[in-house]
Amino acid sequence: MMKGVYNWIDERLDITPMWRDVADHEVPEHVNPAHHFSAFVYCFGGLTFFITLIQILSGMFLTMYYVPDIINAYKSVDYLQHKVAFGVIVRGMHHWGASLVIVMMFLHTLRVFFTGSYKAPREMNWVVGMLIFFVMLGLGFTGYLLPWDNKAYFATQVGIKIAASVPYLGGYIQTFLQGGDIVGAQTLTRFFALHVFFLPAVLLALLGGHFYMIRKQGIAGPL
Amino acid sequence: MSENTSHSHSERKPGAKREMSRRQFLAYTLGGTTGFLAAGVIVPMVRFAVDPVLQPKSASDWVKVVEESKITAEPKSFKFQVHQVDGWYESDPELEAWIAKDSSGKIFALNPTCKHLGCTVNWNNNPSYKDQYFCPCHGAHYTKEGKNLAVAPAPLDEYDVKIENGFVYLGELHANSIVK
Ligand code: HEM
Ligand code: FES
Repeated sequence: MMKGVYNWIDERLDITPMWRDVADHEVPEHVNPAHHFSAFVYCFGGLTFFITLIQILSGMFLTMYYVPDIINAYKSVDYLQHKVAFGVIVRGMHHWGASLVIVMMFLHTLRVFFTGSYKAPREMNWVVGMLIFFVMLGLGFTGYLLPWDNKAYFATQVGIKIAASVPYLGGYIQTFLQGGDIVGAQTLTRFFALHVFFLPAVLLALLGGHFYMIRKQGIAGPL
Repeated sequence: MSENTSHSHSERKPGAKREMSRRQFLAYTLGGTTGFLAAGVIVPMVRFAVDPVLQPKSASDWVKVVEESKITAEPKSFKFQVHQVDGWYESDPELEAWIAKDSSGKIFALNPTCKHLGCTVNWNNNPSYKDQYFCPCHGAHYTKEGKNLAVAPAPLDEYDVKIENGFVYLGELHANSIVK
């Protein structure tokens, strides 16, 4: 049945070459843990992406209950965690995944560094990787405010003060991030917009570039 | 006719400016139009996003806080209410000031927001820092006058103080003027 459907579509649109081009490649021996177990370090990039997908999916589901409003944000998080079936799991995925994605990204960066994979012709992918790193930190920073509890509030207070210490522009950056003179109602909506729309869009664009370059240049050779 | 026009075109004096080609003309006009339309889309959104940065800062009024007779040499915490407009959310939050008399009996008021990264300091809340303000976040501490002794890069901010009919009024918050 599935095969029939696939063939029916393939006859009309010739989709086989498309997915072959994306997904059908030899895994070189030096990156395959089945050959040398130590090659597991080459999995960290893929694991980072896997957790990123979990963040995006669980985040999309969290927005079914979450409201970015200073009166109701905390209540909505409390409700989705304690009253909604599997709320603990879905919020837990997003909560722990947010830390795990940073850990994985860091390990992946170490692998790239110590295998020298950032060298020519792959310099641009190192730069894109660094941009991804900062966007991830931005996602962590903006997401952390959303539950609107004490920890969230003061972490943001501290984070914005750090941004405000930038010479000359600091004050403007602070007002821009806060959306006003204080960390308040307008900060929460702003951070929500950044967390849920702007930064994920930038992240996906950068990931697209990252993967395009890997596809074009191939994985770096063995040491 | 065509010969005529093409002639008059090619008869340029040496050094005269070369006329624009059709291709270049189209590239400029289409590019310009696209740029104009794109700006029409982008400018409202950018202006929308940076609006808070361009709003004028609001000045604060004097607030009556406490009787003058309640103030001692030892700093004490006093709460007072201000009216705060945060976008669509108006409220009357309680702010805190630590008010004390200096050695000459002059009353001064400090804001407990840590000048390191904005946590809240407390008077005499850490046994290691007797008679000091201490911040639980990263261990900044300050003298009674608010002078920063560790971690924080600046002294605690100070409120303008006014005494009227035996009451202490607090005004604008500004950088500490008691210690340098
Ligand atoms: C790689 C990307 C992401 C990272 C690193 C991340 C990180 C975080 C963090 C640290 C929190 C605070 C969680 C807590 O305190 O328990 C949070 C909350 C939240 N995030 Fe994300 N996030 C990501 C992507 C997304 C996306 C794509 C969406 C939606 C489309 C989303 C929606 C939310 C919502 C609604 C909350 C508030 C609920 C809560 O605090 O549990 N996130 N995020
Ligand atoms: S915020 Fe007070 S010590 Fe860092």
